[in-house]
Amino acid sequence: MLQIKNLHASVDGNEILKGVDLEIKAGEVHAIMGPNGSGKSTLASVLAGREDYDVTEGSITFEGQDLLELAAEERAREGIFLAFQYPVEIPGVSTVNFLKTALNEIRKHRGQDSIDAIDFLQMMRQKMSLVEIDEKLIKRSLNEGFSGGEKKRNEIFQMAMLEPKFAVLDETDSGLDIDALRIVAGGVNKLRSLNNSFLVITHYQRLLEYIVPDYVHVLSGGKIVKSGGKDLALELEEKGYDWVRTELTADAEA
Amino acid sequence: MSQETDILEEVTSGEYKYGWVSDIEQEIIPIGLNEDVVRLISAKKNEPEFMLEWRLKAFRQWEKMKEPTWANVHYPPVDFQSISYYAAPKKKKELQSLDEVDPELLRTFDRLGISLDEQKRLSGVAVDAVIDSVSVATTFRHKLAELGVIFCSMSEALQEHPELVRKYLGSVVPAADNYYAALNSAVFSDGSFCYIPKGVRCPMELSTYFRINAANTGQFERTLIVAEEGSYVSYLEGCTAPMRDENQLHAAVVEILALDNAEVKYSTVQNWYPGDKNGKGGIYNFVTKRGLCAGRKSKISWTQVETGSAITWKYPSVVLKGDNSVGEFYSVAVTNNFQQADTGTKMMHIGKNTRSLIVSKGISAGKSQNSYRGLVRINKTAKNARNFSQCDSLLLGDKCGAHTFPYLEISQKDSVVEHEATTSKIGEDILFYCNQRGLDTEEAVSLIVNGFSREVLNQLPMEFAVEAQKLLAISLEGSVG
Repeated sequence: MLQIKNLHASVDGNEILKGVDLEIKAGEVHAIMGPNGSGKSTLASVLAGREDYDVTEGSITFEGQDLLELAAEERAREGIFLAFQYPVEIPGVSTVNFLKTALNEIRKHRGQDSIDAIDFLQMMRQKMSLVEIDEKLIKRSLNEGFSGGEKKRNEIFQMAMLEPKFAVLDETDSGLDIDALRIVAGGVNKLRSLNNSFLVITHYQRLLEYIVPDYVHVLSGGKIVKSGGKDLALELEEKGYDWVRTELTADAEA
Repeated sequence: MSQETDILEEVTSGEYKYGWVSDIEQEIIPIGLNEDVVRLISAKKNEPEFMLEWRLKAFRQWEKMKEPTWANVHYPPVDFQSISYYAAPKKKKELQSLDEVDPELLRTFDRLGISLDEQKRLSGVAVDAVIDSVSVATTFRHKLAELGVIFCSMSEALQEHPELVRKYLGSVVPAADNYYAALNSAVFSDGSFCYIPKGVRCPMELSTYFRINAANTGQFERTLIVAEEGSYVSYLEGCTAPMRDENQLHAAVVEILALDNAEVKYSTVQNWYPGDKNGKGGIYNFVTKRGLCAGRKSKISWTQVETGSAITWKYPSVVLKGDNSVGEFYSVAVTNNFQQADTGTKMMHIGKNTRSLIVSKGISAGKSQNSYRGLVRINKTAKNARNFSQCDSLLLGDKCGAHTFPYLEISQKDSVVEHEATTSKIGEDILFYCNQRGLDTEEAVSLIVNGFSREVLNQLPMEFAVEAQKLLAISLEGSVG
């Protein structure tokens, strides 16, 4: 579904990603872990098409298409979703209205008609229950006055509504208490299928107890330095990121 | 048949509202302003004697007045002696088809959702018989006449109903009210006159009527609306279609008078040429609009969507004289590029139990400056008066400015006056968030701006609300991203 090859990206001339390689197949959940400043959020932004990031080398292919050729909104319409680490507040636009507009854009791109009001309402009810989000909340201006947990839940709710093929969760667990974490993770698990895939970016292993990944990668210094199964997360938690760094240095010396 | 031809002529000439007749040859009097010019204007229009006297009085007052400088707008001084104050509008060259019209203009029409027939009319293309419009216009005329509603150009009104004009003209905005109003009083070209008799509820939005007739407004326009006891009218002027005009200075006056239990709803969409991206050109729009709730339980409601003009100076106000009268002001003002707007309202509470509501939404983009200036005055006599003001500003980008100047003068301790204000900014983060959900930047801006302005747009007559929404987005094009 998604192939990242030798990806280099920089912001304001500073190279942050220094050759990332990653392949994600349909139905898979990959986790990316790594210390602060390793480039995790940069990878998420580059995948979503944020303009501040310059890709200087390498390629990203999504379902056979050159992703880097597409603008952010085109990627979204192709089925790429980013659950933001810091979701913005949009005054005057309710979540409902926002999602209806977004959903119809995606449908238009697929050559479908705008969604019928009743179908939309039904779909909303069903997806709301997935993340246990309150109807009152989504009728309010998007994220305005929401708590940190409510904003994250709203991200997953939007993901459920837009049904992306590939979703990146950028530190969705940060700022969540354990109950909210369980709800958010539960929502993601219910959305997992053979046809979609996820990239879960996290700092801590905790989230991966709830969203069990197929693969875990360690990003450090702008490169994936170690990959493994779900147990790698536990090992990391136990030994800390220094362990990866020491091991790398040892490898290099050998 | 001949009647129908006449109306078709009126409908399609695009100049109907001015009341120009074809035997006036195209002419422009020399530039400059003096008493002779005022006399000439009045003579050209064959006005009754009292009108000339009124104009002259206004002119003499204007000569003694100084141009106001308190507004938060900056522009080179206007040389009032370099303007020609009377010009029979040039008969626009009639085009044979839309192919001859500036393609950019056509694109804008399309995006506003203006029908093909209307596009032709607005851009001066020869129209085949637009049967719908004609029949609707004719039906309107009959229906209005039956009810005794007078709705015509000010020039016509001066010929046909001079006693009414004499009675009410200047009763709300006196001839020498302020610098621009005095200028307008001396030289006004034309405008609309609307009289709703006692107890009549005008059965149609006069907006629709306007759409069918003419969308043009003049340089010095004068509008007078009188609503007798227990009457109601909803009136809309202006147009979402872009308006270009060779005259840089526009100084209009609108007066509204509401007697006991009368209600007037006045809506306007202003889209004069705002100048180019570098701030060159554009209309100076200095407008005086005031309503007088003279009677008990009367109500005057202003709704404005301001997207055009290089400089806007405009404060639609309500004088709440009658006990239990109500004044409302709903405004969306958009400024982009180098536009400057200083706009707001005045609510003058005089009668008991008077209420006023102010909802102002300012949207600034580019390098523009957008100011809300509002006065709420509660007189000693205004027992139990109530005001609520909501002033919200939305900034797009970081080179524009939003300013709020609320003035509260309260002399009555029983009154309740509330003022709320918010400022939000639409930056790259919000736009990227929207892009990531599948919205392109233009759509994102449109969604946000319409959400922000909804409370005001909801006040507009339905068909205009939809166009106004699109207009907001178009006005802000290229302002972000």
